[in-house]
Amino acid sequence: MLLNAKGLNYNVLNEYIRKATDDCNIVQCCGQRFIAAGMSGKSITIDGTPGNALGAYLNGATITVNANAQDAVGDTMNEGKIVVHGNIGDTAGYAMRGGKIFVKGNAGYRAGIHMKAYKEKKPVMVIGGTVGSFLGEYQAGGVIVVLGLNEKNKNIVGFFPCTGMHGGKVFIRSDCKEVKFPSQVTARPANEADKEELRVYVSEYCDLFDNEISEVLSAPFTVITPNSKTPYKQMYVAN
Amino acid sequence: MKVEGQVRIPSGCAIAAVISKDGNRISGEMITNAMKPMHDRSNGLGGGFAGYGIYPEYKDFYALHLFFDQRATRKSCEAFLKERFEIVKSEIIPTRKIPEITDEPIIWRYFVTPLTSILVHLQLDEKEFVARTVMKINTEMNGAYVFSSGKNIGTFKAVGYPEDVGVFYKLEEYEGYSWTAHGRYPTNTPGWWGGAHPFTLLDWSIVHNGEISSYDANRRFIEMFGYKCTLQTDTEVITYIMDYLIRVQGLTLSEAASVIAAPFWSTIEQKTDIEDKHKHTYLRTMFPSLLITGPFSIVLGFNGGLMALNDRLKLRSMVVGEKDDKVFIASEEAAIRTMEPNAENIWAPAGGEPVIIKVKDGAF
Repeated sequence: MLLNAKGLNYNVLNEYIRKATDDCNIVQCCGQRFIAAGMSGKSITIDGTPGNALGAYLNGATITVNANAQDAVGDTMNEGKIVVHGNIGDTAGYAMRGGKIFVKGNAGYRAGIHMKAYKEKKPVMVIGGTVGSFLGEYQAGGVIVVLGLNEKNKNIVGFFPCTGMHGGKVFIRSDCKEVKFPSQVTARPANEADKEELRVYVSEYCDLFDNEISEVLSAPFTVITPNSKTPYKQMYVAN
Repeated sequence: MKVEGQVRIPSGCAIAAVISKDGNRISGEMITNAMKPMHDRSNGLGGGFAGYGIYPEYKDFYALHLFFDQRATRKSCEAFLKERFEIVKSEIIPTRKIPEITDEPIIWRYFVTPLTSILVHLQLDEKEFVARTVMKINTEMNGAYVFSSGKNIGTFKAVGYPEDVGVFYKLEEYEGYSWTAHGRYPTNTPGWWGGAHPFTLLDWSIVHNGEISSYDANRRFIEMFGYKCTLQTDTEVITYIMDYLIRVQGLTLSEAASVIAAPFWSTIEQKTDIEDKHKHTYLRTMFPSLLITGPFSIVLGFNGGLMALNDRLKLRSMVVGEKDDKVFIASEEAAIRTMEPNAENIWAPAGGEPVIIKVKDGAF
């Protein structure tokens, strides 16, 4: 179903999507928020610029964005997949607890903030370019992969990555010699088991965006996990 | 009704701006339309615009825009202005009656130049004199409020959604080489006309999305230098800080940005460029009270340019794009796409990283 979003309010647009019985192709999108919020069992393609909180609370639907997306993509999503063929704004995957987000380009600040896992659910976010500061802030679970492809003149991560991280895992395609991590996390080179796990995420990324997997995996990767020796506990009071 | 000053306002908000580096003139319609996709960032309690280069025929005169509560206030304010300025033109600012904008005050503009005899007598430079006069009217003259006071710049603001405010002030009839815009979302007080953004002093204008945690520390410091924060909204203090740092202290724009959005000490410590490290250490040590904490994204307008800046933690969104001679700044990419569907190089500046765009020399 072709949906022309020009001049449509977000609630009207979402109502059309909800009522559609087949896949939706949204054209001339310009800033409508909450697209596909909470939806399941649908495939939605977007031309134009979707507004903030794209796919918030997403519950199984698949969203493909052919250009850039704005802030808070996949906010609190539970299941499903969001694929962005451009860059993505701040707080991507905010508190997501399931599903996958793939971004061809760069992500803004606080990518994966407060991402978590729950029982069998394990969210995954793969960013092809670079990320801003506070990557994986307060991360409690799930996996974030930052590839830094095609960005030779820019740091792969900004300042203060993994601040407050207490669960989950971050992969960065770099030896991270220049990156300063907080003392509450451990950064180490990826071992064979890590690389096996990584291959699953990266191969899906490469299929989506036509990259050569062997080339992407040929660079060194750093794995960041919480440091169980110096956990965040008794920061305020001893009780 | 309580006005700002009696109650405090934290706000959400939307900002947008456009500038032509070649000094080409852009209609106010473009910036009005830019606010439409960001409608939900505002709540109808304030919208406003600043246009630069819109008064070319009066470019050597200060353009004072004023709100008055009643005719008698206007009369007494005009008498006061006549003692200090030569008024070359005074008129009602044209507006359009629309149902979306109500309860408008009396809105006038005056193109003025300070009387030389007064300047000589007071031994003040022109800008300082105009700034002091604005402060005097805004603090001492009940019912009168100067909301624009620069040369070849005009601010237009009201209570309402920004896209309606643009229609109300007939912005499509103005052309400028740069524009800034603001949609307001004050959350715990009624907005009023003076409290809408942009906040201006001389040719400085500020539109701001965010809330300043350090407001009182900043206010106490800046009020030592003759500025009066009459509105107790946080944005006002940024305008005065920028005027103080740049006009009075002679800092560059990027140095001023390094004062208000200073990097963390740990980040300064890690700097490998020794000169840069010393500069940041110096600025943080000299002006500790002017560090602005809390979330903000701002666009500072001035004669011949714009500067966009995020707080150092980047707690608000801001994107920049360009096309040919134009540069676009907005809270959301959708606003940039509305101004220029084919905008290129869309990018998000880092926290504390100023984006300074200047019109080429002689083109404004």
